[in-house]
Amino acid sequence: MPVTIEIPTAFRRFTDGTPKIDCSAATIAEALNDLTTRFPELSRHVRDEQGQIRQFLNVYLNEEDIRFLGGEGCSLKEGDRVLLVPSIAGG
Amino acid sequence: MSDLYELRCRECGKTWGNVPKSFCEDCFSPLEVSYDYDALKKKVRRENLAGRTFNMWRYADLLPLPEDFTPASAVGGTPLVASRKLASHWGISELYFKNDAVCFPSLSFKDRVVGTALVAARRFGFETVGCSSTGNLANAVAAQSAQQGFDACVFIPADLEPAKVLNTAVYGARIVRINGNYDHVNRLCAQIADRFKWGLVNVNLRPYYSEGSKTHGYEIAEQLGWRLPDNVVVPMAGGSLITKIAKAFKELVTLGWVEAKAVKFFGAQATGCSPISDGVKRNLARFEPQKPNTIARSLAIGNPADGPFAMKLIRESGGWAEDISDPEIVAAIKLLAETEGIFTETAGGVTAGVTQKLIQQGRIGPGETTVVCITGNGLKTLDAISAEFPVAEAIAPRLDAFEAYLDNQFNATPAAAGVK
Repeated sequence: MPVTIEIPTAFRRFTDGTPKIDCSAATIAEALNDLTTRFPELSRHVRDEQGQIRQFLNVYLNEEDIRFLGGEGCSLKEGDRVLLVPSIAGG
Repeated sequence: MSDLYELRCRECGKTWGNVPKSFCEDCFSPLEVSYDYDALKKKVRRENLAGRTFNMWRYADLLPLPEDFTPASAVGGTPLVASRKLASHWGISELYFKNDAVCFPSLSFKDRVVGTALVAARRFGFETVGCSSTGNLANAVAAQSAQQGFDACVFIPADLEPAKVLNTAVYGARIVRINGNYDHVNRLCAQIADRFKWGLVNVNLRPYYSEGSKTHGYEIAEQLGWRLPDNVVVPMAGGSLITKIAKAFKELVTLGWVEAKAVKFFGAQATGCSPISDGVKRNLARFEPQKPNTIARSLAIGNPADGPFAMKLIRESGGWAEDISDPEIVAAIKLLAETEGIFTETAGGVTAGVTQKLIQQGRIGPGETTVVCITGNGLKTLDAISAEFPVAEAIAPRLDAFEAYLDNQFNATPAAAGVK
């Protein structure tokens, strides 16, 4: 305990303005479940119809994209920060 | 709407008017500028272009600009170079290089996107503009901000080529170096755009920014005599340019300015950062992000936001994506310079080298019209090739010293060297 999930501004209209939550999840998947259980309206914005994390939503564990850490099964430890960031880029 | 354009979600189709926003707040997918083509058809004529200067603003009617728009500077209008030597060397009949290595003012195609982005920045009242950049975009933002009176603040990976850093600093822009790769820089910028009222050209102004890329495509069609090529080979970093060239071609067909034609789109990456070409070649549903490790730092985006759209376009057009190694990039830079007189940066080496590979694979046919998009200038990445050209020893300013030099270097007698 605890892991912090930081919520981007665009998502906060589904979280009553809450910018971050603490949870005791053991994995990224559990953390996202905690988040969408607490704010059910967020569910369809986080996962697509197949239940996958949306293609244009990047999830980071501290400094690293979770796709480099084995995906949403990667484990969390106390003090970890989970970031949700929309995918936008261009060199 | 009073404008003939507005933002629309590329996935769910929801419209958002004209606002500094890059993603749909309903589904988090990217927003894109969509146009009222029926209205444009009535208003815009190809013939109207005749009296306009040859730069990107001649296509102002097809860009997200205000009615009273007047250009701040002449951007774009770059040469389409008809290849002789390389076409012959590669055994194809009609080969062109669209040469944005000489794009004004900062010598890369990023001048085009910054052109449209800063018009949007002014419209939305931003005084500070910026970007996350692998170099070329920072140069372009710094140059045009200086001219137009914006405060510029750009974010770059700490290990960027010195020339690209200097080419930004000279315009007086604030440079924030980030310990991390481009994807780290980009993530930070997404958070900054969320927190600060800044116009980050490739973040919250991204839909307007990326429309500027279309002018690269319009110019190709016009310079080919208002026709479309069979093949286009485009470098891919974030994957935006290739999709915007496709959009440009499609718009010209919609407006009736060119005849409809099936164009194959080919994407080029460096093997050391090839998430899109890897996704195409392995037929993945989603690309897998990579940690960049290549000299082609202007293409070193391991998590390309427009990658899914680029993959879809390449597949649906019947094209392909390929990648080449760093030594192959250097060889291609030299080949393009030696044969066509075009000195391009590493990204252009990638594109030229991949074109060669695609021809060897038979994916580009000998009788087809092929355009290769060169997007940046070789003077910016001298480090990448300097080892190829060791500095020669100096000689005395005397004829006998020169004759000795000829003898030494080429084992050539004065007579063989053409002495009178």
